[in-house]
Amino acid sequence: MAVTTSGSAVPMPAKRRGAQLAMLAFAVAIVMGAYASVGLAVDGRIPAGMLTYGLGLGGLVLAAYLVLAKFAPWADPLILPLVTLVNGIGLVMIYRIETGGSKLASASTQLLWTGVGIVMFSVTLIVLRDHRALQRMTYTAGFAGLLLLISPLIPGLGQTLNGARIWISLGFANLQPSEFAKLALVVFFAGYLVAKRDVLALAGRRLLFIDLPRARDLGPVLITWAVSLGVLVLQRDLGSSLLLFGTFIAMLYIATQRTSWVLIGILLFVGGAMLAGLLFDHVAARFEVYLNPEDPELFYKFGGSAQLMEGLFAMGTGGVLGTGLGQGHPQLIPLSFSDFIFAATGEELGLTGLMALLLVYALIVERGLRTSLAARDPFSKLLAGGLSFILAWQVFIIVGGVTNLIPLTGLVTPFMSQGGSALLANWILIALLVRMSDSARRPPPQAIQDEGMTQVFQR
Amino acid sequence: MNGPLKRASIACLLMFGLLMVNINYLQAVRADQLREDPRNNRNFYARYEVERGRITAGNEVLAESVEKPDSDFRFQRKYPHGPLYAHITGFFSPESESAIERSRDSLLDGSDPSLLVRRSIDLFTNKATKGANVDLTIVPKAQEAGYEALRRSGKRGAVVAIAPKTGAILTMVSVPTYDPNELSGTNKGDVFGRYAELDKNKNKPLINRVIDRTYPPGSTFKALTMAAYLEEDSSRGPSTMVEAPQLLDLPNTSADLPNYGGSACGAGRVTLQFALERSCNTPFGAMGMELGYDKMLEHAKKFGIGGEPLEIPMGVAGSGIGPKEDAAALAQASIGQRSNQMTPLQMAMIAAGIANDGKVMKPYLINKIADAEGGEVETAKPEELTTAISPETADKLQQMMVSVVNNGTATAARIPGVEVGGKTGTAETAEGQAPHAWFISFADVQDPEVAVAVLVESGSAGTDASGGHTAAPIAKAVMEAVLDR
Repeated sequence: MAVTTSGSAVPMPAKRRGAQLAMLAFAVAIVMGAYASVGLAVDGRIPAGMLTYGLGLGGLVLAAYLVLAKFAPWADPLILPLVTLVNGIGLVMIYRIETGGSKLASASTQLLWTGVGIVMFSVTLIVLRDHRALQRMTYTAGFAGLLLLISPLIPGLGQTLNGARIWISLGFANLQPSEFAKLALVVFFAGYLVAKRDVLALAGRRLLFIDLPRARDLGPVLITWAVSLGVLVLQRDLGSSLLLFGTFIAMLYIATQRTSWVLIGILLFVGGAMLAGLLFDHVAARFEVYLNPEDPELFYKFGGSAQLMEGLFAMGTGGVLGTGLGQGHPQLIPLSFSDFIFAATGEELGLTGLMALLLVYALIVERGLRTSLAARDPFSKLLAGGLSFILAWQVFIIVGGVTNLIPLTGLVTPFMSQGGSALLANWILIALLVRMSDSARRPPPQAIQDEGMTQVFQR
Repeated sequence: MNGPLKRASIACLLMFGLLMVNINYLQAVRADQLREDPRNNRNFYARYEVERGRITAGNEVLAESVEKPDSDFRFQRKYPHGPLYAHITGFFSPESESAIERSRDSLLDGSDPSLLVRRSIDLFTNKATKGANVDLTIVPKAQEAGYEALRRSGKRGAVVAIAPKTGAILTMVSVPTYDPNELSGTNKGDVFGRYAELDKNKNKPLINRVIDRTYPPGSTFKALTMAAYLEEDSSRGPSTMVEAPQLLDLPNTSADLPNYGGSACGAGRVTLQFALERSCNTPFGAMGMELGYDKMLEHAKKFGIGGEPLEIPMGVAGSGIGPKEDAAALAQASIGQRSNQMTPLQMAMIAAGIANDGKVMKPYLINKIADAEGGEVETAKPEELTTAISPETADKLQQMMVSVVNNGTATAARIPGVEVGGKTGTAETAEGQAPHAWFISFADVQDPEVAVAVLVESGSAGTDASGGHTAAPIAKAVMEAVLDR
């Protein structure tokens, strides 16, 4: 794959494959050390399964690395090791919570799903040689996204778990389709906005310092708003609702550069949420808990603030350095293996561990956004930007929720929470980012055929 | 599109920044508050994570932490002697602790700053930190003797013995008592239920009667009145004659102060020694009035009454002779009635002060605290609390109190071959309730090793001798146990 760079004034990005491999090994080593640490703390022995887990994870990411080296050689070298690290820490935490006596946590299932996720990552890289193919599937993706989103409502298919109707039963496994819907909808938003962005950017009336868009262009915003509220109301899934609408607004802003869209979006969402709060008890209850989590009455109420407070108690007890892996009490935190895995991690790894973890997430997002900036066509820019943003936004919503920065809305902590659907969807998301970073960093070919620039928008 | 993308990137950065600021706030600023929240069950588990130090006395283990395999809680607190030492060790319940368990909690659980070096060594040698061990001044044999003797009386009461020369507390019995094992379990429901039951019990078994509440000291207080009277004029002695009418006229009142049961005291004019032996009320009432309230208060203070609150290390309820009122009140206070209120410990301190040639030592319970490896953390240093009376006065008073035991109301406290000094007491309480029986004593006069105060609630059957009848044998049992060790 030697590339001649003669005649180019711009320094070519290096592939840095050696560095990537070293970082992968480092990530796997950290994870194995964490496994050993849990075992030593819990029963004074290095856990018997450590080698299996370590070699399993190591083998899987090595395979992923080889696929990446072959099919996306110019890809950003940082993304895969960072994701491996977060995924690995998530595995260790679930293993730790399982040894703590939780009957719902299962580290081996999670390792299996990690394996499937990495296979999906590889398959995506192998099959999708050019991500711009996705642009041709804009409306297909939109339709698929909507279908996935409403699938839990289909009688006989949908399942209600923990009060939210966001699951579908496939017989052998329960799937959370909103995680895949998230991907399909970002693809749809990217394709749609690239096509319509000039129209949406047209200024209508001017109010104070803000150029309002034309009234008739509000259509798509209102539709997305309605869909988001529908998710909130019909599936009682506050998190996904906020996630989708927020991402749409962010992508709309990136595409049109119009601050007014952001303001309109925020107003619409706040209005919708307030309306929902007035109409639905569970929304109002969440808000009440957010404002007064320490209120004893709310604490002892069923479905009150106890869950949130247990998470905060865990983090407070962890303090700056944490109790150490295997030495906390994650069994005291409800849903410590899923929604509250961040709080459980905070107890055992402390502020230090959480800062590092947030930095790793921030770095993944940063590499994604960098890809977006470096991308050469609007669709790639918007897709990479949207995928990076949705990742950051999801971390913000769930971590902000469990730390009482914003009202708590259930969402998966990407790559950490137990759950196959989320892992699969997020590994595919990473595959898309890797694919796009490969094409963004690849030295430009001699002949350029840019469909994105020549596509005519349809009206 | 790069402009808005950069702004979106800044938005992402801000989101992560906010999350980071927030977790710093939670885990650094608010951490202590969250950690210590009573609803945070981690504190509950943490209580049982550490091997808490032992509490010992002599060769006996009074409290220890025993490993509990296959349980959510690593260690369980055990009190091998059950109710015997309950008020001394206290209990270790899921959310609180009492007595020594409470006052030396941070040493027992190993978190005290003075154990920092030990903890650091443990950290590097990878040993689990253990709490420090607390050794008490209690003499197990005397404690058992006092407990058994008081329990046999079937009454509520208190027994306390101190070493006059050091202030070390040798015995501290309060009856009724409770089993600290029942309050130290890990099942909150059981423990709190049992606690509420004990707390509601009208006999108040949770109270340590030696230090937690005060009683009118009755005639035992005459020892102090006598001390004050002798100290004021060094020419007075056991044979000094005083008036001892059948009724003492109390000025400005229609009431008179009688002797116990209205009986006569000798021939109306008696020696001080006789007055003390027979425990006549009228001469002591007169002595108090002659001294005046201020003098009485001054001498009471010299025995530690009404001074700085004592900590042994548990806090001791304050004793006092009552506010300044009229002469009638003073006369009654001088014989240990009216508003005169003393803890049994304070009465033992009076006996000990007299026995120790006038020097009152500060009472204490903790002999030594050593870390898990035996390194010394804290050792008791006997401290003089006050000088109550001169050695000469002390000598006169000792002789008179020995005479009380040999010839007076306290013959039940005689120990063959040992010179015992003592004073009985009967304290009237509420109307219709039997009076409290008291006895204070010390032995041996030449080399005082023990001073005792015994209180038996409603233990008097009706005669002044009943203090000597009910309470003195209990004191005798304790003194024998101490002297014989």
